[in-house]
Amino acid sequence: MAAENIHLDYSIIYSIIEPGSRVLDLGCGEGDLLYPLVRDKQIRAQGIELDDKAIQECVKKGLSVFQDDIENSLREYPDNSFDYVILNQSMQEVRKVDCVIQDALRIARKVIIGFPNFAYFKSRIMLFFQGRSPITGSLPYLWFDTPNVRFLSITDFKNFCAEKKIRIIEDHYLGDRKIVHFWPNMLAMNAIFVITKQDGHAVTNIEAQSSNM
Amino acid sequence: MSTVTIKNGSVGIVETHYYTYARQGKEHKLESGESLGPITLAYETYGKLNKDKSNAILALHALSGDAHAAGVHKGEDNKGWWDDMIGPGKAFDTNRYFVICSNVIGGCKGSTGPSSINQATGKPYALDFPFITVADMVHAQRHLIDHIGIEKLLCVAGGSMGGMQVLQWVASYPERVKAAIPIATTLKHSPQQIAFNEVIRQSIMADPAWREGNYYEYGQPEKGLSVARMIGHITFMSDQSMEKKFSRRLKKDQFNFGFDPDFEVEGYLHYRGANFVKRFDANSYLYITKAIDYFDLSGSKMIPPGKSIDTRFMIISFKSDWLYPAYQSQDIVRLLKRRHVDATYCELSSTYGHDAFLIEIEEQTSLIKHFLDKTFNGYMVVGNYGR
Repeated sequence: MAAENIHLDYSIIYSIIEPGSRVLDLGCGEGDLLYPLVRDKQIRAQGIELDDKAIQECVKKGLSVFQDDIENSLREYPDNSFDYVILNQSMQEVRKVDCVIQDALRIARKVIIGFPNFAYFKSRIMLFFQGRSPITGSLPYLWFDTPNVRFLSITDFKNFCAEKKIRIIEDHYLGDRKIVHFWPNMLAMNAIFVITKQDGHAVTNIEAQSSNM
Repeated sequence: MSTVTIKNGSVGIVETHYYTYARQGKEHKLESGESLGPITLAYETYGKLNKDKSNAILALHALSGDAHAAGVHKGEDNKGWWDDMIGPGKAFDTNRYFVICSNVIGGCKGSTGPSSINQATGKPYALDFPFITVADMVHAQRHLIDHIGIEKLLCVAGGSMGGMQVLQWVASYPERVKAAIPIATTLKHSPQQIAFNEVIRQSIMADPAWREGNYYEYGQPEKGLSVARMIGHITFMSDQSMEKKFSRRLKKDQFNFGFDPDFEVEGYLHYRGANFVKRFDANSYLYITKAIDYFDLSGSKMIPPGKSIDTRFMIISFKSDWLYPAYQSQDIVRLLKRRHVDATYCELSSTYGHDAFLIEIEEQTSLIKHFLDKTFNGYMVVGNYGR
């Protein structure tokens, strides 16, 4: 069964994950991403979430979830405990991003990271012409009530991976309702990367596809 | 699945049963090396065991609890200690599950303990009763479960000392426990917890009426036991819950300017202490507090390195519980992560302190109900969730 009627980012992540995988979702919310994967692909899922209500919803769905914040949640896991760690729309709320990503790479074969692109053209317009902090579909918050503490662009993330010797094995760029094929750093609202340790199996390499717009 | 549930149902009138084993020549070897026998366990059951015996849940009680977990005894009106959680349509739904609650050895509610008659002397054991541990309690329960004919328990669940027994069940018999729900508990007693227990024991033993444990002909060491329980009750509440319940309210309109209780909180503690003396044996309190002080499944003792287990966990703690603080439940979580054990952890907001596991029913019910549902039925039941 396909993952219909769900966010575009969910359906991309849904299609990436292989059946029977062991998956850890950091900031899993109410489990809307994990649940179809458990149901259809028989993955072994574990969520991490801080919100009381979201935890209750996960349990209602039969999901296993730990109430914890993302930064404290990875340390105890032995190396290669999971096939995938997912960090979708939660990385921008993490302070020690570097530590979390390194730890995620340590405990999983592959890490799936999805984040809002701060260099999306509407953000640029708002900042450049109106002189205001950007508010867009993927960054909907006002400056004083945003949970986000990290603001990054697609190019920033690619540079980060190059510098940290992290290999990007898949990249997906998302517009409002569809995939973006050109100038992602300008036209994509969100990005999803699948990354792995440098010595993992690389499918593509970053130089070949970055337009750095 | 039937969606019909009876809200706030009761299991109705129930009876306590007794099971005796470890008769002469087959004494139970305890962790201390001593032997005990015969051993009687008091227990109650609620609901019906299904044909393949796959719906049995063992509910484990706290320090001063007993086998009477739900319903009422004939001609009495006091409900079981977990009546809000066990019954038709409740967290442990007796329409679907068969719930067993067993009193612990060392207790005084029908199971063999220091107030039981020592067959060798024809008198109560008193301090001749051997020291027992949480592991001994669990081994005894395993005999009961064998007797009832259950190979694998769907779930073991309990709070506080009950939670320790849950962890011990997994440590001793992982292949016989499908799911575990330790609530407001710990892998090991901390120095603070041991300290409170030592003050509790000393207050009992400092009462001359304790008579080195040989008080059975004369009556309980009431003063010492009452103070012991008063200490306990302080640790079960929280600063917030005490403020809400008593504040500085006075029993009368003005101060006594004397040492009789002035404040409502004092009156409450005295009332609790006096009540406890009527229902709980002082020596049992000594033995059981010692058993939980000895409890330590930290490090690799619950699950050896390199081993994993199939038991699923739901761990629950309460934010205002300072007797068994949330960090102790998080220690359990950390251990389970290291061993790749399927688990859920929830830290519930409550102002009731340690008592919350008996009081905060709504959220616990939702968590436990769905967790058991998944354990019992897999994903079939919730297959179309939210669609």
